[in-house]
Amino acid sequence: MTLLTPEIKSWIGQSEPPTTVEVSRRDIIKYAIATEQVRQAYLDGDEAPPMFAFGLFRPLVPLDALGPDGLAPMGPMPDLPLKRIMAGGTRMTIHRPICPGQTLVGTRSFADIFEKEGKQGHLIFLVNELRVTTEAGEPVMEEMQTRIAR
Amino acid sequence: MPKLNELQVGQPVPGRAYTPTNVSLFLYNAAIWNPHRIHYDEAYTTGVEQHPGVVIDGPLQGDWLAQVVTNWLGEDGALIEFEYSNRKASYLGQTLVSGGEIESVDPASGRVQLKLFVTDEAGDVTSPGSAVVRLD
Repeated sequence: MTLLTPEIKSWIGQSEPPTTVEVSRRDIIKYAIATEQVRQAYLDGDEAPPMFAFGLFRPLVPLDALGPDGLAPMGPMPDLPLKRIMAGGTRMTIHRPICPGQTLVGTRSFADIFEKEGKQGHLIFLVNELRVTTEAGEPVMEEMQTRIAR
Repeated sequence: MPKLNELQVGQPVPGRAYTPTNVSLFLYNAAIWNPHRIHYDEAYTTGVEQHPGVVIDGPLQGDWLAQVVTNWLGEDGALIEFEYSNRKASYLGQTLVSGGEIESVDPASGRVQLKLFVTDEAGDVTSPGSAVVRLD
């Protein structure tokens, strides 16, 4: 059985327009506190922990654009037959640290979708690619983020 | 600070225990701007999504894995590749423990590969991962 129709699969390769964000020291400090960092450079907001970028490019949409589970659509995404979303993991390559004052450009695309039979039933794996550069186009990081719908 | 010529394959890399609370999970999800209800709305999480409790974020466990690396590295190296998978869900009230070990060392390039893991109280690995660092 497949849940992935040709229409769903046709979304692979679609990208969102790039998003530009300014990195703030205060946001780094908030993240460092919430994740219980111990390195002083993170707690002082001089440099961001590697996973800080996970939140940096999450979508900012009005409240009425959030789904019944609270989630905003993240990147281009088809309507799926399975609705319960969980984090699946990530694979990232890091080129330079993220520091306060930087202006970064992130581009998200729908990289892949596939399905597996799990212990608790059918699972759909959604893979988003996030590419982050400086304003000048220097690479900062590339990430493949996986989410699981069940 | 790790010294390249003293590293041995299989050598453990220290991690630590984390016991997220309602408050710490709230602050984490606020910091990453994540409104997903499974991380704060217990009635919704157990009723609609049928989890046994409020879900500890997978990427938060990913961050703990990254901390194993960055705390070990200190100022003398860089994390250049990092990956993890969230394999088993964890719930508010659980204590999770991070850790790692050295998987390979390449003295020529200064590259060291680490195996990483978060384990739960049952001893199961909830989030396995790996990292490649470059020692200066």
